[in-house]
Amino acid sequence: MSGVPVTVTVNDESRSVEVDPRRSLLDMLRETLGLTGTQKGCDQGACGACTVHVDGRRVLSCLTLAAQVDGREVTTVEGIGSADALHPVQQAFLDCDAFQCGACTAGQVMSAAALLEEDGWETAEDVRELMSGNLCRCGAYPRIVDAVLAARAVREA
Amino acid sequence: MRPFTYTRVDDVATASAAVTTDAVARAVQGPGDTAFIAGGTTQLDLMRDGVWSPDALVDISRLPLNDVELDDGVLVVGASVTMADLARHPEVVRCAVLRDSLLLAASPQLRTMATIGGNVLQRTRCRYYRDPTVTQCNKREPGSGCAAVEGTARTHAVLGVDAGCIALHASDLAVALVALDAQVRLHGPGGRRTIPVTDLHVRADDDPSRDNVLGVGELITHLEIPVPDARSGYLKVRDRASYEFALTSAAVVARVEDGVLAHVGIGLGGVGSVPWRARRAEEVLRGQRASMALFEEAAAAELADAFTVTGTDFKPELARRTLVRQLRDVTEVTA
Repeated sequence: MSGVPVTVTVNDESRSVEVDPRRSLLDMLRETLGLTGTQKGCDQGACGACTVHVDGRRVLSCLTLAAQVDGREVTTVEGIGSADALHPVQQAFLDCDAFQCGACTAGQVMSAAALLEEDGWETAEDVRELMSGNLCRCGAYPRIVDAVLAARAVREA
Repeated sequence: MRPFTYTRVDDVATASAAVTTDAVARAVQGPGDTAFIAGGTTQLDLMRDGVWSPDALVDISRLPLNDVELDDGVLVVGASVTMADLARHPEVVRCAVLRDSLLLAASPQLRTMATIGGNVLQRTRCRYYRDPTVTQCNKREPGSGCAAVEGTARTHAVLGVDAGCIALHASDLAVALVALDAQVRLHGPGGRRTIPVTDLHVRADDDPSRDNVLGVGELITHLEIPVPDARSGYLKVRDRASYEFALTSAAVVARVEDGVLAHVGIGLGGVGSVPWRARRAEEVLRGQRASMALFEEAAAAELADAFTVTGTDFKPELARRTLVRQLRDVTEVTA
């Protein structure tokens, strides 16, 4: 089976690779490009741990074929902040103690970072609904909601 | 996952021809060996689980079908429009049944990926269908039986089914579409046609092995959704508060004039092998004076012939109550 050429911008850097048509965006990021910040949880679109941004919007990389992001812009958790300059959502997750084991955190952070760019929400109840695609087995949900609201407050300040 | 070839196409005619030509070349017996992919949210799961193994995928996610236009009271929606984008359209925001059927479905990430063409064509969530180690499945292997009928069932259908298959059609959006008298525009090797959404799917008690009436190489290009001159709403009952399929749901479009139901359109979710148009209930209601007693009578008529198995026997009653509650809320008739 011949490979599919894919040219994709990942975290502001253009990358050209050849992928097996079966390869998911998640596996391309982790295995082909060595970006292991994005986590593989369920690998069936149920948990949200693999959430990344494609053209600025949050998607599940495990249910996206790598071939389908040719020409797109992909942002992973490695691309939104650095140890010296955390993304407001990352800082809020630290400040609010919004994780325990951390397995879901990259996906939570990416989902929340995209949510900050979406409109039509305000309350903690809205956040719970709009973060429902990201599961947390430790049950850190109340603090995740706090963190999202805190990041929004910082942004609007 | 079995290997497949991948091709991306940029226009509808090429897309249709690609699948048709490929199908002819492979002399396939029916659709399935070569197929379209857009959002892919159902397909990747099925391929990974070995339930569905196409030889070739034709990527239609870049077809120029991304527009939503209002044409003489009808919302014409390109098949590539995502659930998230459709839910944000001003006309949709104003139409409660459409908006809520979209926003109460799946998760934000999935709604960003999934197209509306794919949504109405989504495969059943039946756990036996999705487990290739289960040998009894008339949908996968006609004539092999139905493991769900004798096994543990819960999220299965009770209308449009029989002992041969109780697979549920789990789309929320399609339930709203049948209540709204929406149509789908199709493009295939034989040309174009427009059919009601109610004619798109095949009932399990007619033929469990066929999900829909699309021919080889035929794809949905647009949905036509009449914007109703009526109140509407979508009520979804489920096991958890969010990110869950419906146990039951009711899409109601109704206009009451002088206490009489001048217009009524009803779709039921979580109960049918197809997005269920509640024609019996509509017949009971249409032209009659709205009352709770009438709503009860209509709901009872719709569920009268429900086929249940152990595990789905709660559904007819839940569906009746869901419909009565939604009729009450949309019409604001409470006595």
